[in-house]
Amino acid sequence: MNPLEILEKIKTKFPEAILEAKVEGVLEPFAKIKTEFIKDVCQFMRDEPELNFDYLMCLSGMDYGKGLLGVVYNLNSIKFKHKFTLKVEVSLDSPNVPSVESIWKTANWHEREAYDMFGINFIDHPDLRRMLLPEDWDGHPLRKDYQVQEFYHGMKVPY
Amino acid sequence: MGLLDKRFESENIVITTMDDLLNWARLSSLWFMQFGLACCAIEMMATGASHYDLDRFGVMPRATPRQADVMIVAGTVTIKMAERVKRLYDQMAEPRYVISMGSCSNCGGPYWEHGYHVLKGVDRVIPVDVYVPGCPPRPEALLEGILKLQEKIRKHSLVEKKV
Repeated sequence: MNPLEILEKIKTKFPEAILEAKVEGVLEPFAKIKTEFIKDVCQFMRDEPELNFDYLMCLSGMDYGKGLLGVVYNLNSIKFKHKFTLKVEVSLDSPNVPSVESIWKTANWHEREAYDMFGINFIDHPDLRRMLLPEDWDGHPLRKDYQVQEFYHGMKVPY
Repeated sequence: MGLLDKRFESENIVITTMDDLLNWARLSSLWFMQFGLACCAIEMMATGASHYDLDRFGVMPRATPRQADVMIVAGTVTIKMAERVKRLYDQMAEPRYVISMGSCSNCGGPYWEHGYHVLKGVDRVIPVDVYVPGCPPRPEALLEGILKLQEKIRKHSLVEKKV
C-alpha cells in the first residue's frame, strides 16, 4: 500500500484521531495523532491484515521547544515492505503518553530511553526506569531547558 | 642501567644502590591494568600487538587490579564508570601509577561542554602520573607516555627528602 492509502485506512477507522498529516513531498509520510487515540491506532495498524505493521523500527522522544514534547513512532511492515510514521504531541506540564509496549515488545526499552532523556511518562509501561543514566540522576538531559547538576556523588559534573 | 648487556667472563658481583635496583625492577615490568573504555582502547590494543610490541618494555596487560602496577585509562570516563575506576584503583597494590590516555580522560575531550554524562578528566577521581594527549593518541604516543613513566620511576628514592 502507498502512504495515501494507509492514511485513508486510518481516517476511515478513526475519523477524529488525526490532527495533521503529510504524505506527499516528504521523505517519511506521517500522521499526527491525538494522544488518547495512539494506542488504539497502533493496535489497529498492527492487526489490520492489509496494513500489517508488525515491526516498530524506532520510537523516539522529542522536545519541540515552547513547552511541547512529543513521541515519534516509525512503523514498518516486513510482509508488505511499506512504512509509515505516527507522531503525538504532549505538553511539558503533563507529558503522559499511553505505552505501546503491549503491542510491540521493542517499545519497552525505547520508551524507557524516551523517559530517561525527556521525562515522558508512558502510562501502563510495566517497568518505567531510567535506561542509560544512573537511577539517582537529576533531570532529563535532552530537554531544551535542561540544566546540568553541579555535583554527582561528590564528583563535579560541569567543566 | 644496561646491566644485562654486559657479558661477564666468569662469576662476578655487581655493586649498585638499593634505589637503583628497586627502581630498575619496577620500571622494567610495568604490568598494566587494561582500562579500555572507548576508541583509545583500540590504539592501546594496537600498541600491545606485534607491530608495536609493548612486551619488549616488560609491559603486559592484566585483567585484574591485584596484579597490576599501572592503570592505563584509555577512553571516555563516564560519570557512571568513574566510580568503578576509583574502586579498581583502590584495589591496586602500591606502588601504583596511572596513565591517562587521550583527550577524554585527560579533560573530557569533545564532551567538555555539553557532555553531561562525561567526567571532565579522570584526575577528578584518581591521581594521574602521565597524561598522553591525542584523540586518540597513536601507539607511538602511548609508548612515549610509558617511557615518561619509566623516567619518573627511575627518580624514586627510599631516602626521605630534606628541604
